[in-house]
Amino acid sequence: MQSSLFKKYLMALTGIVLVGFVFVHMAGNLQVLLGQEAINAYAHALQNLPAPILWGSRLFLLVCVLIHAITAYQLIKENRAARPRSNEVEVTKRAGWSSLRMGLTGSLMLAFIVFHLLHFTIRTIFPEYNDLKTTVGSPDGSEIHDVYNMILAGFRVDAIAIFYVICMFLLCRHLAHGVSSMFQTLGLRSESWRSRLDLFASAYGWIIFFGFSIIPVLVMAQKYGLVTCLESSCGSSCSANL
Amino acid sequence: MKLFLKVWKQDGPENEGRFESHVLDGVSEDSSFLEMLDQLNEQLLNEGKEPIAFDHDCREGICGTCSLNINGFAHGPENSTTTCQLHMRKFEDGDTITIEPFRAKAFPVVKDLVVNRSAFDKIIQAGGFITVRTGSAPDGNALPVPKKDADLAMDAAQCIGCGACVASCKNASAMLFTSAKAGHLNMLPQGQAEKDSRVLNMVAAMDEAGFGNCRNYGECSAACPKDISLDYIAKLNRDYAKAKVKKVFS
Repeated sequence: MQSSLFKKYLMALTGIVLVGFVFVHMAGNLQVLLGQEAINAYAHALQNLPAPILWGSRLFLLVCVLIHAITAYQLIKENRAARPRSNEVEVTKRAGWSSLRMGLTGSLMLAFIVFHLLHFTIRTIFPEYNDLKTTVGSPDGSEIHDVYNMILAGFRVDAIAIFYVICMFLLCRHLAHGVSSMFQTLGLRSESWRSRLDLFASAYGWIIFFGFSIIPVLVMAQKYGLVTCLESSCGSSCSANL
Repeated sequence: MKLFLKVWKQDGPENEGRFESHVLDGVSEDSSFLEMLDQLNEQLLNEGKEPIAFDHDCREGICGTCSLNINGFAHGPENSTTTCQLHMRKFEDGDTITIEPFRAKAFPVVKDLVVNRSAFDKIIQAGGFITVRTGSAPDGNALPVPKKDADLAMDAAQCIGCGACVASCKNASAMLFTSAKAGHLNMLPQGQAEKDSRVLNMVAAMDEAGFGNCRNYGECSAACPKDISLDYIAKLNRDYAKAKVKKVFS
């Protein structure tokens, strides 16, 4: 039987990995703004990392997500058992919206991760994304996967773009409590640092939100003729109905 | 003052509880919350009914015996106040007040508003003490304690073990209590020898008693009549990690 604190460390330590991952992922995504060549070259380089590194990282992230989710489930189950009957009058003095709904936002993030992998990584939701090929961004002039136009096509679907933005907002709220909470759980927080760490966590959440959301928002804005900053050069391969 | 009271009534640990409504008139706003309950019990006795059981002892905010969840707040809506130090002037004439016991699996109801808080005693027995020769008091300053450490230890030692932290926590976690009791001793030179075993054993006793897990809401500290800070929880987390790592590599 693991102690309650051991489970909390697992949450915090896997949380740190995932918090770091979303930042790197966001920074990578922002290369869409630099144009087709930058993002395609970046994606191609990532996909062609030596297999042990690529699959090792993927496995490591998957394990972190699983540990984070399973431990959260155990903790929530124990917490419910610890207070079988709630108060007739339930009041909250200090806890914020995000901290009280970590289970909800976390579960939705888990569902989002599954959808996102099927959408852009494994590409089973729209298998036609696999046909998007280009030489732009290719290191040796051979045909590579056209990530740039896949993203453009993906977010041209209104419902999907809105879904992604909503999910990023939920992630922002999850991080607002999670990032400051992981310092507390690891014992690296004091009263004098509390407000600064809370501010950092909140800022981190919003940076992640805006960093990820800007791409679907720009694609949508372009679709409706509000901006023209994203150059689409996929020709016939990305038809309007994609 | 005239008050409408909705009070939890439960015959015993195994019985189902229920709310009972009472009307109490002529309550002085200078009376404490417990005096108001005394007045209610007097009225119930005069009517030939059974009085309501509730915990109380010193009635000056230092013993940690009084409890009660008042309108959803452990020890009532006032900050840094125990139920016995809560006065009726904080309420309005004609108010409806809901009074419940502290709710946690680890704090089973004994009767009505009285809960069994001996789970806290189990945590203390597991390590909330210092194994020393007792006897005559040592010479003053024989063991120097830096002022800062003494202050921090005293802040933690203020915990009266009332259980408001558990009652206010959505997960009925006892982390604030355990961290205050472990932190108090871990900060003093006398507590160093047993520092590691203290945190390991106290946390084990806390888990064993069926308290929930800390989710860093801060509700406990907000409800604490002694304003114990969340720093002690961070310190417990830190001390526990160190003790665990040392144990693994020893």
